[in-house]
Amino acid sequence: MMPEISLNILDVAENSTRAGAKLVEITVAADVKADTLTVIIGDDGCGMSAEMVRRVVDPFFTTRSTRKVGLGVPFLKFAAEATGGSFSITSTEGVGTTVTAVFGLTHIDRMPLGDISETIRLLVVYHPESDFRYTYRYNDASFVLDTREMREILGDVPFSAPEVSDYIKEFLIENKQETDNGAEY
Amino acid sequence: MKTLAELKAIREKMQNQVSLRSEDHTQTRVVVGMATCGIASGARPVLVTLSDLVQKKGLTDKIAVVQTGCIGLCQYEPIVEVVEPGKEKVTYIKMTAEKAAEVVERHLVGGHVVEKYTLASADLK
Repeated sequence: MMPEISLNILDVAENSTRAGAKLVEITVAADVKADTLTVIIGDDGCGMSAEMVRRVVDPFFTTRSTRKVGLGVPFLKFAAEATGGSFSITSTEGVGTTVTAVFGLTHIDRMPLGDISETIRLLVVYHPESDFRYTYRYNDASFVLDTREMREILGDVPFSAPEVSDYIKEFLIENKQETDNGAEY
Repeated sequence: MKTLAELKAIREKMQNQVSLRSEDHTQTRVVVGMATCGIASGARPVLVTLSDLVQKKGLTDKIAVVQTGCIGLCQYEPIVEVVEPGKEKVTYIKMTAEKAAEVVERHLVGGHVVEKYTLASADLK
């Protein structure tokens, strides 16, 4: 298992980039009243056939030739369902894939969200070929990081430039802090 | 809230000093496995340490930290490969942030392979 939900997000979003996604949309939303933590990763990558969608939740299925198991999606599914939550994956070939995991926020078996800001920064900096739209919500407050807006400002300056990478990190950390007032969960 | 206005300022400041750091053959490539196996065994802090240190030490012109998928040695993850032009590839296994910092200091800066962390020196069974 992954020790943090943010690592599952990193793993699934990596699949999105490998599926050739131009845009990966990631939502992390904590709702204290509803007692849920919802994670949505949607992409406009190559998508999957109905048969493949059915099989990706099977730990003994993978498209890789380097090993015989594919644990990424099953990890997230089991982690969510173990907290009384739910998991779904929808996909259309040529259109994209959306993975949704809902966790019981206060369930004792829920792993911590972990370092989501570092996860998002890594995705943005290491996948310049994809755009990311990240929405973080805590109850009624939220903020968005959209790399398309950043790209427009930056022109030919890459996300991997140290000044930009640092800015993205600060942007994520500061805005998360203001959105959830430092809530730890 | 931090806004995009600051990014505009960064862009203006950098406008004239950006050299295109596209990967070329004279660069050393540091490759981190970031598939499920790598991530689950702790590749994220390894990647962060490598990229932060290379950045901090001003080595980004000479060294490119990049990521890859699963190379099929899941039991040895997190794996870091150092590919220097004209030299044999060095594969470091079971890495941590601390070991990564040591590799930056001794190998990437100092030029000496940290043998004790390599796949070649592992007791293969």
